[in-house]
Amino acid sequence: MTKRGRKALLLAPAGIWLLVMLALPLLVVFVFSFGERGAAGGYVPAFTLEQYANLPARWTAFKNTLILAPLGTIAALVIAYPLAYFLAVRCSPKWKTSLLILVIVPFWTSILIRSYAWIFILGGRGLPALLESIGIDDVRLINTPFAVLVGIVYGYLPLMVFPIFVSLDKLDKRLLEASADLGSTPWRTFRQVTLPLSVPGIATGCMLVFILLMGEFLIPAILGGGKVFFVGNALVDLFLQSRNWAYGSAVAMTLVVVMLVTVSIYMKFISRLGGQREDVSLM
Amino acid sequence: MSFDMSVTMQTIAELRGVTKTFGNVVAAKDLNLSIGKGEFLSFLGPSGCGKTTALRMLAGFEKPTEGQVLLDGEVVNDLDAHHRPVNMVFQHYALFPHLSVFDNIAYGLRQQRPRVDKQTIATKVKQALETVRLGGFGPRRIWEMSGGQQQRVALARAIVNEPKLLLLDEPMAALDRKLRKEMQFELQNLQRQLGITFVLVTHDQEEALSMSDRICVMEGGSIVQVGSPRELYDMPRSRYVAGFVGTSNFFDATVTDAVADQITVRLASGQKVHGTPEIPIDAGQEVCVSIRPEQIALTRALPAAEIALPVTIQNRIFLGEHTEYLARNEALGDFHVLVPRQAELNEGTFNAGEQAFVSWGEGALLILEN
Repeated sequence: MTKRGRKALLLAPAGIWLLVMLALPLLVVFVFSFGERGAAGGYVPAFTLEQYANLPARWTAFKNTLILAPLGTIAALVIAYPLAYFLAVRCSPKWKTSLLILVIVPFWTSILIRSYAWIFILGGRGLPALLESIGIDDVRLINTPFAVLVGIVYGYLPLMVFPIFVSLDKLDKRLLEASADLGSTPWRTFRQVTLPLSVPGIATGCMLVFILLMGEFLIPAILGGGKVFFVGNALVDLFLQSRNWAYGSAVAMTLVVVMLVTVSIYMKFISRLGGQREDVSLM
Repeated sequence: MSFDMSVTMQTIAELRGVTKTFGNVVAAKDLNLSIGKGEFLSFLGPSGCGKTTALRMLAGFEKPTEGQVLLDGEVVNDLDAHHRPVNMVFQHYALFPHLSVFDNIAYGLRQQRPRVDKQTIATKVKQALETVRLGGFGPRRIWEMSGGQQQRVALARAIVNEPKLLLLDEPMAALDRKLRKEMQFELQNLQRQLGITFVLVTHDQEEALSMSDRICVMEGGSIVQVGSPRELYDMPRSRYVAGFVGTSNFFDATVTDAVADQITVRLASGQKVHGTPEIPIDAGQEVCVSIRPEQIALTRALPAAEIALPVTIQNRIFLGEHTEYLARNEALGDFHVLVPRQAELNEGTFNAGEQAFVSWGEGALLILEN
């Protein structure tokens, strides 16, 4: 077999998968987005920009997604970084593995069940009751943007911890000694050596979490109680409840475009941050 | 006889009764050592002998469990590494991969408070680069540099800070043989040129012998002997030191007589030899005698020496300026003999199986602690 042939063979499974499972459906959605809703729902072929013109009606969903997805990503980063740092740099090797497993343990049950658990924690008889007992009354947590934020950060934290952990774990600890040896205080060593060298992990983690959050619908549905909904919830509603496939497709296409734009801006920013370094890889 | 620091030079660093334990492992035991200003001192020993621990205590990465570390006359036990006027060249260089060569070298200067101005930093870095013969390499990335160049960057990054002590942790372990030789000369020149005190850690005796003013031989966490390379070679105190500094022939012997510092030992072959050992030895004690391969003469005729032993030639290796022979004596075992080219031309080449005599001059044979 020629070298070229072997290369093609290696790429074939993923290539076919991408074509059938991504490119084709995306094309269908693209075509549908210019169609019309049938009398009994579904899709009727047409060429109209009406669906796109109706987009402002779903502005709240876009607004919520565009605020809570970046906010959730940042919150997850702020919580995950110290944890990953502890696990990779400070933790004794004896405990490292067991603690890492604890980070994955939540994945052993469904996010649905774990989100329901949060209903109880954030609901009337959970945290608010506890706060009331110490004199802080009338705190409403469930069905607020805050509840959704807590839920998404909780759900996606491990995805942020792992890439950062990996980049900090492979960081040569002798570099930290070298920095101290050259007169740098621990804090300056963190800023000048540890942080820049963990940028690839931060970039990967943020990218993973952000992209998944942009498409999230389960957690807002459960912890937002229909009051805080994402574009994902709007899509579920349009395709499954009101059966307006054409409008749903237009909303979906818009989400794809918004995502492409934000992610490419993000990539630009990260690669500038990483300078000309060869080893900055995003995913 | 050890080197007397107080007379020859000013002390820059000192270990006073320093012990370091990790859990119940004793890494360094009661180390006492003065390091003179401007000298090139090596810690020599196999891995696990405590040499790296000693270096790390000077750098400030480890705190002594007992005893004191002094820098410039002040106890620095509790002074963190980043406050010590000491810099280190790490074994695998530990260069910052996200910084350019220039920024790596400028790193130490940029940590100084009050701040050093940009112009001064640029000048000093440029100078350091030229000192290690890497002029113009400043903008390069670390991964674009070869192993030997990276080593020079590491060196420049340390010397640019004009440290009171430059610590080198097996700096040449990662270099190939030819490059290592080159760097040995270069390091030695650099040390003289800069006048900075160098403290080197190595397991390579050749490296220690070729560069150091003094060598501190360590074993099992303790210092066993400190002296100039020549002193260690000519007057080792123990079999360990004689074996670690150069190569030697060792034979077991029993002390038959000890009067004042003149002692007599009996070899396994029955001959008695006299000597003045470096250490106190009692009659009846089991000792070891050592003789360097190049101090043994190999002859066909029975020589007129005090002791001459019959041997059978086993093996011959041509080494260019020397020929190394392996010669076996019935009672004592194998002798390694190094015959210089000229002597071989006079006596002729010996072949395997040939009978010959080994002999040595007075004082060549050393009586050592076992």
